[in-house]
Amino acid sequence: MMDEFASESDSDYTSYWRDWFISSRGNEYFCEIDEDYLTDRFNLTGLNTEVQYYQYALDLITDVFDLDCDDDMRETIEKSARHLYGLIHARYIVTTRGLSKMLDKYKKADFGKCPRVFCHSHPLLPMGQTDVPNQKPVKLYCVRCEDVYNPKSSRHAAIDGAYFGTSFHNIMFQVYPALVPPKSSERYIPRVYGFRVHAPAALIRWQNMQRTEMLRRLRKLEVESGFKNDNGEVDLDEEDDEDEDDLDAENDVLIEGTGMNVVG
Amino acid sequence: MSTSSGTPESWISSFCSLLGHEYFAEVSEEFIEDDFNLTGLQSQVAMYKEALEMILDVEPEDDEDEEEEEDEEEDESIEGADRMRQSERRNHSRVASDLSVIESSAEMLYGLIHQRFICSRAGIQQMSEKYELGHFGVCPRSYCEQARTLPVGLSDIPGEDTVKLFCPSCLDVYVPPNSRFQTVDGAFFGRTFGALFLLTFPEYDLTKRGADVLAGARVTEDEKEQMLNGMYVCNIAPGLGGTKIYHPRIYGFRVSEVARSGPRMKWLRGKPDDMSELDEARRFAEDNPDSEDEDEASMNLNGRPMHRLRPRRRQGQGGSPMAVEMNGAESGL
Repeated sequence: MMDEFASESDSDYTSYWRDWFISSRGNEYFCEIDEDYLTDRFNLTGLNTEVQYYQYALDLITDVFDLDCDDDMRETIEKSARHLYGLIHARYIVTTRGLSKMLDKYKKADFGKCPRVFCHSHPLLPMGQTDVPNQKPVKLYCVRCEDVYNPKSSRHAAIDGAYFGTSFHNIMFQVYPALVPPKSSERYIPRVYGFRVHAPAALIRWQNMQRTEMLRRLRKLEVESGFKNDNGEVDLDEEDDEDEDDLDAENDVLIEGTGMNVVG
Repeated sequence: MSTSSGTPESWISSFCSLLGHEYFAEVSEEFIEDDFNLTGLQSQVAMYKEALEMILDVEPEDDEDEEEEEDEEEDESIEGADRMRQSERRNHSRVASDLSVIESSAEMLYGLIHQRFICSRAGIQQMSEKYELGHFGVCPRSYCEQARTLPVGLSDIPGEDTVKLFCPSCLDVYVPPNSRFQTVDGAFFGRTFGALFLLTFPEYDLTKRGADVLAGARVTEDEKEQMLNGMYVCNIAPGLGGTKIYHPRIYGFRVSEVARSGPRMKWLRGKPDDMSELDEARRFAEDNPDSEDEDEASMNLNGRPMHRLRPRRRQGQGGSPMAVEMNGAESGL
């Protein structure tokens, strides 16, 4: 199979190996790295010590590989090439070109959607929990709830998180702040027959207090909080209570509804 | 609850073994046959009687043959296959469209009964067995480290939303990972089950990973010493707070809260370092020593609920502090 790639790559100007790599199953999170970026040695500084058969691997990625070798060797080089591609990828996706490519994929929700119900299927971004390779697998970041999730599919769970890095997803929203969705204080409240359960409810009250404090801090500094209902002027305590009251009223109706059924 | 192996599959067990119905418990016939448990469902389900007959694998009969019907019912469990086939044949004699209406009615009715059943003692016990076997999947949140989830609905009214997974470790709800669950109505599990489960089985170690076998994964005696707001402290959102909050960083530097894209949702995953902060009643009593409600406040002081709760939990073999009747008659509520 690889012979085919190697022989054809010379004649065509297409990025054969990279095309194959990003379109193969399990590699949906990767974007294609520009030829220009790959051929600028500055961008690859230090990677030669990270990767076995560095030069062959790079040749393979840039489709100029023409070494005659046995299958085992080829397999090893192939593996190195994938690793090298990942490491370059982590650097590439924080460049302007890389960010915009990942942005396109983000907009198409190629990385999946947030499983949290109250994030309403907001698209995710891939992230690493460390920049050191071979430590932790890739995770997915939701900018709406600012939390980290495991990929649904096991074929993604095996990808090295270092191929995306710890900074990329945060840089993305620094560069495109308009992409940050409005935050919401919508949340799940555990209830039994419509009544809140004491322990979680006390924790939720504490969390709401933390939020109110944060909003107050931000308002003092005249920073936009990003919360939908934060008009800056409204007393947030009151607002929260109102929200809860509204919810309660709704729930009371529901409870009464079922209650009626049970009795009638 | 589980049908004996000799008899052909009942409607209930075949319904529960359908793809996407993995979360359902098998409602016992005993529960369904108690009319009290079905109160009010008649008006919510079309072709109620036929649907109920289908669920119970009772042959549709005319009213006058009622006695005979009961006899046949018994026969059915003995003779098995032949009876079933016969009843199927009889069912086929109905108009085909009629049958599909009844089938969907039966599913709806079963779902609504299921919502009630899993809050009864027998039902919640069965669900706890499924929980131990990891039938409900695990939390997708990275910091919850595969904590087991529970199926819940966000509404008790059918047709409003699909089933969700409640993670007791982060107290949040998630969309099931597999799309086959997106056809399962959330009302078939209801809003109450998730939280009631935690109250009924306070001794599960909620941090146990879904992949591990759960047998005996209970809160240790040491941890039992600490009780807060009616739950063990170690079981109040164990996946939140401390090191279990994500701090966005760029090249190792934390992104400031003041930045336009800075972190604004940490509260959602927060938990006080000192959980006694959440003991609102005690703190109120401390802050207001002269309060008029002193009697009431002091009643809720630390020691009291422990003493009151503990002996009760020892009583039932299910370990339930809820005195729910066998037939699920939640009349007190």
